[in-house]
Amino acid sequence: MGELKLMKGNEAIAEAAIRCGCDGYFGYPITPQSEVMETLMVRAPWDKTGMVVLQAESEVAAINMLYGGGGTGKKVMTSSSSPGVSLMSEGISYIAGAEIPCVIVNVQRGGPGLGTIQPSQADYFQATKGGGNGDYNLLVLAPNSVQEMSDFVGLSFELAFKYRNPVMILSDGAIGQMMEKVTLSDYKPRLTNEEIEKKYGDWATIGKKGNRSHNILTSLELNSEQMEENNIRFQAKYKKMKEEEVRYEEYMCDDADYILVAFGSCARICMKSIEMARAKGIKLGLLRPITLFPFPKKPIAELCKRVKGFMTVEMNAGQMIEDVKLSVFDSGILKPVEYYGRMGGIIPSPEEVVSTLEKKLIGGK
Amino acid sequence: MDTNKLTQQDIIRQGEQVYKRPKLLLDNTMHYCPGCSHGVVHRLVAEVIEELGIQEKTIGVCPVGCSVFAYNYIDIDWQEASHGRAPAVATGISRVNPDKFVFTYQGDGDLASIGAAEIMHACNRGENIAVIFINNAIYGMTGGQMAPTTLLGQVTATTPKGRNVERNGYPLKITELIAQLPGTSYVTRQSVETSVSVRKCKTAIKKAFKNALAKKGTSFVEVVSTCNSGWKMSPVKANKWMEENMFPFYPVGDLKDGDKADPALYSKKN
Repeated sequence: MGELKLMKGNEAIAEAAIRCGCDGYFGYPITPQSEVMETLMVRAPWDKTGMVVLQAESEVAAINMLYGGGGTGKKVMTSSSSPGVSLMSEGISYIAGAEIPCVIVNVQRGGPGLGTIQPSQADYFQATKGGGNGDYNLLVLAPNSVQEMSDFVGLSFELAFKYRNPVMILSDGAIGQMMEKVTLSDYKPRLTNEEIEKKYGDWATIGKKGNRSHNILTSLELNSEQMEENNIRFQAKYKKMKEEEVRYEEYMCDDADYILVAFGSCARICMKSIEMARAKGIKLGLLRPITLFPFPKKPIAELCKRVKGFMTVEMNAGQMIEDVKLSVFDSGILKPVEYYGRMGGIIPSPEEVVSTLEKKLIGGK
Repeated sequence: MDTNKLTQQDIIRQGEQVYKRPKLLLDNTMHYCPGCSHGVVHRLVAEVIEELGIQEKTIGVCPVGCSVFAYNYIDIDWQEASHGRAPAVATGISRVNPDKFVFTYQGDGDLASIGAAEIMHACNRGENIAVIFINNAIYGMTGGQMAPTTLLGQVTATTPKGRNVERNGYPLKITELIAQLPGTSYVTRQSVETSVSVRKCKTAIKKAFKNALAKKGTSFVEVVSTCNSGWKMSPVKANKWMEENMFPFYPVGDLKDGDKADPALYSKKN
């Protein structure tokens, strides 16, 4: 059993980074996630594990520092919030194109533009459909607790290196700021240069040795036929993620007539909504996607066979609903899909969720 | 002897070999225009890495611009950065790999325009890297548009009547700015238009690389260069134009040669 602590989601990210053997954190302050870097600076991991922590001059620089560090086979990460992640999007596209592993945490706030510092899930499209230019996908994990903020850091690095692809932890200001008890993972040593050479020497830029040809990390390929080949390779990787990395949680779905689909902090609210609905005799369950990309299409298709309808609950104008609708459509068993959400930093209440469900889905059928 | 049938080996056998392609310079035909300075500077970089025996610990970062394909010509590990961000990429590499040698190779549009923030902050932090800055006062790759270092009156694709202060602002002496930054130890401006200047430039590159290896902060080598295609001149005329127009505004020589600043000069009083 690991060490038990009461901490903020943002602090848990920092603590987990140190413990999972992260080599470098590069970031730029932005509310509501500045505690990540602040915690790291106080913990000063360079003295203990050798982990580097650097405050960059901008989010643009920070993400390019990840390109550099990740390109040498080191575990590197950054965290930011929505406007900062927009600035990073160019770099994320280059990282995806050059197939460099790294971890990006987005503690979302309301937008567009500077928006608000209050929590939001309005970057769902940006995280799951691209954000930067070109056909690429991030593997996106959505924690719903401080515990998962902690657990997903190490997991993200595993996945990032497994697929040589950037992984995003898509959180929000509520989870970043709230305090919960968390079981911390044990310390894992950083990889040595020798271990990195053995594991990643076929692609990482660690200095050309011996007879191997030099390693080049680039997203550039002016020969269109070769560039299409590269794209085909990326798509095969994303397909493999869809086959092997779907993660989700079902809550009270076994006897449910209606299903809420929600991720992150909205999923926590929905658990309360389910308690309230069931007290009224409405058999309500929750499907919580843990990976937003790859999206849990199959579990939704399975539910289509036995439920009367779905409602997504999101802190945005209705973004994930598109993936739910596609999943329902692809299942071949058409069931109604509704949406309820709040925007601009407002968190939906459990009561609103239940009353909207009754109005839109139960009453409306 | 039929000189048309001579092989490379025959030519070498006829006399004593005094100069050869450095081993690290790959035998790939360069995409650079005849007369371009990039080829010479690439050669110097390859020579210096070879002479210092640091191939196994060197990681180069190339830019967006004509030298975007530098990785095709020098046999070291490379990362290709997005436009202007090479100093941030180099920072990332260097910080988590303090045992490695990292350098960036950037042009004037990349370093002095879109990447002005990244180069300033990398130099100000005193990252232990070397920077090679090719200043040919024009955007070559995209077809000869105005660069931040384009001279007043200079005709480019986006300044067809010549660069003008009201419309375009002043040419940027970014190397002079870099020399002010406390994190830099060696800041110099060189050129490669004569055999003498080539040798001097090589000495400068070697010093910059040695400084980075010795963790002396950032070393910065500007190479005032020609872009005869962009300038629409023959290589010979381009060299003459550079001497007459570029050198008076961008004088060749060391701007700084020493150590990073003493932190005491920058500390709060109590």
